[in-house]
Amino acid sequence: MVTSAPSEFLHGQAPRAGRSAGMSGGVLPQEVPGWNWTVTGSHRNPREPESQRELRSSSVILSRRQGLRKFGAEFRRFSLERSKPGKFEEFYGLLQHVHKIPNVDVLVGYADIHGDLLPINNDDNYHKAVSTANPLLRIFIQKKEEADYSAFGTDTLIKKKNVLTNVLRPDNHKKKPHIVISMPQDFRPVSSIIDVDILPETHRRVRLYKYGTEKPLGFYIRDGSSVRVTPHGLEKVPGIFISRLVPGGLAQSTGLLAVNDEVLEVNGIEVSGKSLDQVTDMMIANSRNLIITVRPANQRNNVVRNSRTSGSSGQSTDNSLLGYPQQMEPSFEPEDEDSDEDDIVIEDNGVPQQIPKAVHNTESLESLTQMELNLESGQNGFIPSNEVSLTLAASGTDTEFETRVPNQKLLEEDGTIITL
Amino acid sequence: MRRFLRSGHDPARERLKRDLFQFNKTVEHGFPHQPSALGYSPSLRILAIGTRSGAVKLYGAPGVEFMGLHRENNAVVQIYFLPGQCQLVTLLDDNSLHLWSLKVKGGVSELQEDESFTLRGPPGAAPSATQITVVLPHSSSKTLYLGTESGSVFVVQVPGFRTLEDRTISSDTVLQRLPEEARQRRVFEMVEALQEHPRDPSQVLIGYSRGLIVIWDLRGSRVLCHFLSSQQLDSACWQRDGRLIVSCHSDGSYCQWPVNPDTQQLEPLRSCVPYGPFPCKAITKIFWLTTKQGLPFTIFQGGMPRASYGDRHCISVVHNGQQTAFDFTSRVIDFTVLSEVDPAAAFDDPYALVVLAEEELVVLDLRTDGWPPVQPPYLASLHCSAITCSHHVSNIPLKLWERIIAAGSWQNTHFSTMEWPIDGGISLAPTPPQRDLLLTGHEDGTVRFWDASGVCLRLLYKLSTVPVFLTDTDPSEHLNAQGEDEWPPLRKVGSFDPYSDDPRLGIQKIFLCKYSGYLAVAGTAGQVLVLELNDEEAEHVVEQVEADLLQDQEGYRWKGHERLCARPGPVRFEPGFQPFVLVQCQPPAVVTSLALHSEWRLVAFGTSHGFGLFDHQQRRQVFVKCTLHPSDQLALEGPLSRVKSLKKSLRQSFRRMRRSRVPSQKRRPAGSPGEVPERSCRTERLGLQNMELAPVQRKIEARTAEDSFTGFVRTLYFADTYLRDSSRHCPSLWAGTNGGTVYAFALRVPPAERRMDEPVRAEQVKEIQLMHRAPVVGILVLDGHSVPLPEPLEVAHDLSKSPDMQGSHQLLVVSEEQFKAFTLPKVSAKLKLKLTALEGSRVRRVSVAHFSSCRAEDYGEHHLAVLTNLGDIQVVSLPLLKPQVRYGCIRREDVSGIASCVFTKHGQGFYLISPSEFERFSLSTKWLVEPRCLVDSAETKNHSRPRNGSGPEKALGRARNSGSQSDGEGVLKEIQSTLEGDRRSYGDWRSQQVAMSQVSRPGVQAVR
Repeated sequence: MVTSAPSEFLHGQAPRAGRSAGMSGGVLPQEVPGWNWTVTGSHRNPREPESQRELRSSSVILSRRQGLRKFGAEFRRFSLERSKPGKFEEFYGLLQHVHKIPNVDVLVGYADIHGDLLPINNDDNYHKAVSTANPLLRIFIQKKEEADYSAFGTDTLIKKKNVLTNVLRPDNHKKKPHIVISMPQDFRPVSSIIDVDILPETHRRVRLYKYGTEKPLGFYIRDGSSVRVTPHGLEKVPGIFISRLVPGGLAQSTGLLAVNDEVLEVNGIEVSGKSLDQVTDMMIANSRNLIITVRPANQRNNVVRNSRTSGSSGQSTDNSLLGYPQQMEPSFEPEDEDSDEDDIVIEDNGVPQQIPKAVHNTESLESLTQMELNLESGQNGFIPSNEVSLTLAASGTDTEFETRVPNQKLLEEDGTIITL
Repeated sequence: MRRFLRSGHDPARERLKRDLFQFNKTVEHGFPHQPSALGYSPSLRILAIGTRSGAVKLYGAPGVEFMGLHRENNAVVQIYFLPGQCQLVTLLDDNSLHLWSLKVKGGVSELQEDESFTLRGPPGAAPSATQITVVLPHSSSKTLYLGTESGSVFVVQVPGFRTLEDRTISSDTVLQRLPEEARQRRVFEMVEALQEHPRDPSQVLIGYSRGLIVIWDLRGSRVLCHFLSSQQLDSACWQRDGRLIVSCHSDGSYCQWPVNPDTQQLEPLRSCVPYGPFPCKAITKIFWLTTKQGLPFTIFQGGMPRASYGDRHCISVVHNGQQTAFDFTSRVIDFTVLSEVDPAAAFDDPYALVVLAEEELVVLDLRTDGWPPVQPPYLASLHCSAITCSHHVSNIPLKLWERIIAAGSWQNTHFSTMEWPIDGGISLAPTPPQRDLLLTGHEDGTVRFWDASGVCLRLLYKLSTVPVFLTDTDPSEHLNAQGEDEWPPLRKVGSFDPYSDDPRLGIQKIFLCKYSGYLAVAGTAGQVLVLELNDEEAEHVVEQVEADLLQDQEGYRWKGHERLCARPGPVRFEPGFQPFVLVQCQPPAVVTSLALHSEWRLVAFGTSHGFGLFDHQQRRQVFVKCTLHPSDQLALEGPLSRVKSLKKSLRQSFRRMRRSRVPSQKRRPAGSPGEVPERSCRTERLGLQNMELAPVQRKIEARTAEDSFTGFVRTLYFADTYLRDSSRHCPSLWAGTNGGTVYAFALRVPPAERRMDEPVRAEQVKEIQLMHRAPVVGILVLDGHSVPLPEPLEVAHDLSKSPDMQGSHQLLVVSEEQFKAFTLPKVSAKLKLKLTALEGSRVRRVSVAHFSSCRAEDYGEHHLAVLTNLGDIQVVSLPLLKPQVRYGCIRREDVSGIASCVFTKHGQGFYLISPSEFERFSLSTKWLVEPRCLVDSAETKNHSRPRNGSGPEKALGRARNSGSQSDGEGVLKEIQSTLEGDRRSYGDWRSQQVAMSQVSRPGVQAVR
């Protein structure tokens, strides 16, 4: 049973962000199982003037335990330098300061443009929050020891008309148990669906972020044949298919790839006419930032465009790519990617360091717009909210860590050892 | 993909690329794989070899080579030249006949297929009725006589292949014309022999397998004589004057029958079983050749005592009381005897015996006592022991070249001094502009030095590393050391010897310094030998050093082979390359990389466990470095060959399946001809089904540090560059591993005057880990002008500009997946080309090559020649790493072809198309080595032997029209366009001719 209630509510107002940092791969470290959250791209509203460069905030403090005043909340309003939001640490200090709670650990959340309550706990999501504030940034603060983690997530603020009801009356959604996720300390994307607006609805372009994870990519491909519609009627053509997902692997954990999905492209390069070995080599060569375009075997879960009420694919596919050039060619090019520029050199001082770039490479704007982390329940520390009161962040990662080890063993069971 | 498009935007660059790059497969070196037929034209003095894959190759004088491929992928069963013509007829195992001709086009001859024909019997006849067993091209050159399995002899007109049905000699016709007593027996069955009377073109000998031989009068359609043997007939031949017939039989006997139309011979004049009295195998072919001295030469194939020598492949020569059974190490396909051509001459006077064995061509000098072999200038058996590696060295200094040839001449004393007797045609190719050496390492521990400058790949010298080691076999025990009174009088001939005494002796890496004559050779059991060229015979102790690559790593146990045991005490070495130092890696894993720096006197070697540096001047180990990952137990398991990849083994089993489709029977496919392919189709289909039942799947996983064989050292490189800071350059050693790690060591080499006094020191300065962890296959340093650093001693010999040491150097690391350029001395990433991510292909071989422009005399660029695992050859530019051109070269399934590829420094290359053949290719517009030759039936011969002055051959071939030099360019273009056409579709290629012409570019420029 959830015992805690939000103790503080901070309502901020901010002018439109000038430019989003663009959530490129790797900037949001650490994965959160089951946490659906949304990041939207820049240029959403170019008509809006960027006159105000200050962020003004107001806040309300609500507290149930410490003698409820009006809804038990306290509001504060203050302003921030929009162009220079600073570090999360500083912002956190500022919040503690304006609410005069210097030694209280709090959870900070904000309402994004879709009305989702999303956490702010590192520089990246803090910057995201500031840059997407439209026009104001509404910030929610809860005391950590009594935090209601179920409050976070998609639709949290939309479904309930009143934000405060949602935050203050957790009993309201007792009937619809929410998935409780631990509060992550560190975010990073593990996968995303990208280029939704330029691909046919039957295709799905999935990006897997291998870098930094110990998790194996965890899938196998095979030769097969698919039926294509051609001007001459139906034609059977050879194709490459996903043949197996390794339990606990990255591919399976994203839920975006499935057995018998046909692989159409690897990092923007079509696989038709290429052999299984060739496609294997291409995937391995791109394993640190693998973008696979598939035709899912199960076409029922496709992303339906311009519909925010669709199923698992998330809400923010709608307007996120307006600024993206309308072309079928993917904007990413392996050459421009930075994902494996991190070769390491050990000079004679014996300290390994990353090899710097000699020539500046302009990084292309990522087409990345949405990251989705979908896990089936019961896996990797998923706990329904009404069963367990509070799970701290650490417990989630711990479980994952434990399950990972046997998985890795599993992966060593076969495969090519060496090709000379 | 887009990169290719993008790089195509600059029209000036595109033009320049056309001047620099061009892909041609120019010539095949070595011995044809699976030869199946031999033909010889005494008038053209040209030899033809057919193969099981449907190729027909013609060889004349050195440099005169032609090659053609039948449209059908069927084995060539027999080859016949039309007497006196530049035409030949091939019979394939699908019973089709093909007419080929050598046509002169613009000054060079081309081989092309004119027409093909399949003999049709009367409706309803059994397929065997028209199954051709033997062909006789009549001396009129207008008709072919076709002996068949049914016993009928069909007559076909050439060209045109029109069946002259009224002239068919059916077995019934013959039977009717036989006297009564001969008709009693079932004497016919298939036609085994068809021979024209040597003096009278109207008489033809027809031999049937049951033992009947008739002499048929073509004009009168009657039997002139008949001879009945009690044994199955295998072959028959005429004596030169037509007065005697010699037949050979399945019981190992041969009979002489005097020809006398007036008296019927019931018994042979003489019957003899040469290797009796015990049961013998059949004599399958016999030659009976007269000499001025009186006693004839009898040369026959087979006939060995069945029980004791039935497994030998022998050809016996009997003359003047001497008898030798030449014992071949592989099956004898066919043989022929070169003798007097002029029909007016009274005697055959044979001078050479040409034997086509399955794995080599052997020519024996019949004029010199002891019948010694003649060294062939081409058709070298590259695979006399399996090739395990190869190394190419361009532009050999004359001095070293001469010393190698001198060393080789010591080894060739057993060869006859006879000029190569097959000398038809004229090679129009200019002499090669430079001397190139191709070194091949073999499984038996030998290194062969080949002259790879021109069209003929010629063996110069053979180096054996075996005397350094103690092996099971005693070297003094030679196979041909037979007793005097041995019977049969066997004598081993030929060099093909596929059996290795000890697989550990196999050569894996070779490195020759052409300036100093130092050679480093490394092998399967971790042995590294440093050799020096010595013109004198010498006896000395080879110094031994052990290099413990595991250093202090605990808990490892090598489960592979033992290291080789070095022979103690002084060893006698013949003139040539003589080893003076032996480094043995511990554990004795196969040496995977080798580098020699002759100026610094250092040799570096690497295995799957680590690498080491050895100072061969002071004979001292400088350092060893273990590259083994602690968790990599597999690397210790043993030789890498044991660990087979799933991928590879699947491919191999698939290929084995395909190979089994080729019918093994050479001459007559059992049963109806349609049956065999059908059966093999079924097996293949079955195989495919099996494959589908268990679908092949590939694991997609990023490489990790824990992968196996990450420590495997793939490449070693010496460079004088800026390793520590940008003010001082120093000698350095670079090593790249299978796990994407690059190690750099700074070396301190004492100056020459104190070279023996101070030790060479090494210190690790850098270690680069490529995050994609793909195997590093090449390391290269570019100087301040982005030009690759020269080879050691190259500058000292004024053959290269000294490198630019002012500007900043660049390090180029080529992994299987990417090309990456880094700055030096501070390692920062500069440029890269992610080949695998773009194309799915991986780098198998990379080498720097200099490409000269065919237009501007002194313009040239350095680029990387790259071979990928898909068999593509690409040129990647330096220093910008832009793909320039890409050509499909080797089939991607041809794993051994891709593995064997070696590039030259001037944009050419070699790869094995079979165990015994190198294909030569060229990426350069300027450096091209290909045959360019002329064969003309009317051409005059400078050979001492008088040629046939009369006969129909004079009619043809005066059209030696445009031999003028001005035509050369047009010809060249034509040839190039055909060759380019070949590249585009391999399938088309087979049907066309290929008259390859040898051109080395300077020659072309002269033409222009």
